Amino acid sequence: MTAAPTPRRPWEETASAGVSEVRTLALDGLFTLAGGRTLERVDVAYETYGELDATASNAVLVCHALSGDSHVAGLRPGEDPARAKPGWWDIMVGPGKAIDTDRFFVVCSNVLGGCSGTTGPASIDPATGAPYASGFPLVTIEDMVDVQAKLLDALGIDSLAAVVGGSMGGMQAIAWARRYPERVRAIVADATTPRLGAQAIAFNEVGRQAILTDPDFANGHYYDALAQPDVGLGIARMIGHITYLSDDSMRAKFGRRLVDRSDYRYEFVHEFEVESYLAHQGRSFVDRFDANTYLYMTKAMDYFDLAVDADSLAAALRETRARWLVLSFSSDWLFPTASSLELVRALQVVGAEVSYAEITSPYGHDAFLLEPERQHAYIAPFLAHAGSEDR
Amino acid sequence: MTPTELFRRDFRLIADLVPSGARVLDLGCGDGELLALLRDRRDATVRGVELSPEGVAACIARGVPVTMADLDDGLGDYPDRSFDVVVLSQTLQVVRHPRFVLEEMLRVGGRALVSFPNFGFWRTRATLSLRGRMPVNPSIPYAWYDTPNIHHTTIKDFRDFCRDVCATVEHEIALKGAPGENGHRTRFLPNLLADTAVFVLRRG
Repeated sequence: MTAAPTPRRPWEETASAGVSEVRTLALDGLFTLAGGRTLERVDVAYETYGELDATASNAVLVCHALSGDSHVAGLRPGEDPARAKPGWWDIMVGPGKAIDTDRFFVVCSNVLGGCSGTTGPASIDPATGAPYASGFPLVTIEDMVDVQAKLLDALGIDSLAAVVGGSMGGMQAIAWARRYPERVRAIVADATTPRLGAQAIAFNEVGRQAILTDPDFANGHYYDALAQPDVGLGIARMIGHITYLSDDSMRAKFGRRLVDRSDYRYEFVHEFEVESYLAHQGRSFVDRFDANTYLYMTKAMDYFDLAVDADSLAAALRETRARWLVLSFSSDWLFPTASSLELVRALQVVGAEVSYAEITSPYGHDAFLLEPERQHAYIAPFLAHAGSEDR
Repeated sequence: MTPTELFRRDFRLIADLVPSGARVLDLGCGDGELLALLRDRRDATVRGVELSPEGVAACIARGVPVTMADLDDGLGDYPDRSFDVVVLSQTLQVVRHPRFVLEEMLRVGGRALVSFPNFGFWRTRATLSLRGRMPVNPSIPYAWYDTPNIHHTTIKDFRDFCRDVCATVEHEIALKGAPGENGHRTRFLPNLLADTAVFVLRRG
């Protein structure tokens, strides 16, 4: 008797998208933002996975969230597979995974205003020869999408098999439907919203105030200074991190456990595990992220309202021809199910082909980064219908 | 008959009742089998509503657009008359608010197509009255302590219910037994002889 074959669990395979290198493309000509201002030069940092087919019809654009970058999966050149952390959505992107790089040509680019290679506040303003800093124009989700569209133009991709994004990445996916309805055949809007609610705007504002009031912020012109607004950015990240978790997941992960001891010290020091965890999150974030970009990203999210100059959400979505998959997570209180349902209902009103599921998960908003199996169950079959055949 | 076979018998009948090219919403659509059938054979534009994660995933795998929702919450912002046919197959008895669900069906659809196990079926009656036991049979295949069914009805009661919610009965099809694949339609004593009923309703 032979043993039954072990079922394949693609979401458990790590680093299988291989080694991916960031490339940079300089966009042609002036870039005009939604607010009317122009950027003389825009560089886009991007990575690709898989092969573009002969008709350029198997491209999937993955949009990253607030703190993400173009490195969605796999390893960076020279990284040790045994030790390095793979890309931010390695659970979803790779051979045989939900976004299958054996089938799709996956493109992920750092957003406009970012700090991982694409033009942003830390970039040099050609007019002054110094970093833009707070002189960088405010960007919108739509601006980010316009930059992605120009990148795809340069890559020879006219029509996307799908655009996929979670959180702020999901906002970009939704914006694609309104901005370029003829260029996208399927949309996955994951743990996201067609417009940010007051509670989320409020948390963003607290994070921004932590940065803006840091003495080392220096009105944004800190790039050449000895000190950076690390304290403010760290606090902003700590606040953000709390909003990405849930009460249940924090109880399960930390409880009231103390770090390395069993009794209280009665001092203002980190004693609870949750405190040292947040401190660690804050510290490690400042090493890889720019405070100005944090300000610009959160503002772009606050401004995002798909229906801003339309009569209703449904009116804003009237042109969509894409198939939609909308996912929310039961314990996500930052981008709650109700805001996903707002999108679903607007899509129903316009008769769009929309599927929706709420995934039961204890992990709060972060669930979209932590729930490979439950997301795979919906995204993989949804994308199985995407591709060249539905052109 | 297993529950699956029971559903399939329903599906073939419902497929015959749905006009070609119709816009169809199936409430409690399970794995999307009926909708895929209507899409492929009747060229229908289909949408489903389903509560179970497994059902939703199976619908997506069939390419059937489906939203995860509880029917007792209503049909959301589906505009009035946005479907030609709204189907409720073997699901009426599991919803908490049948009246609200039927009203919603008649709001968003031109026709409502409802199928349900007939509690007036003679075997069901006999089990309860002669044997003194809760009926378990092919059309009600659940033990009393482990059943999703909370609102059983008979054909006669359902006719009254339709009158109460101002629904006009266009067709009433009573099915009995399963010797043939499609069961037999019965016009004679339907409330006694049929194990399943299919009603086609419209508003007013």
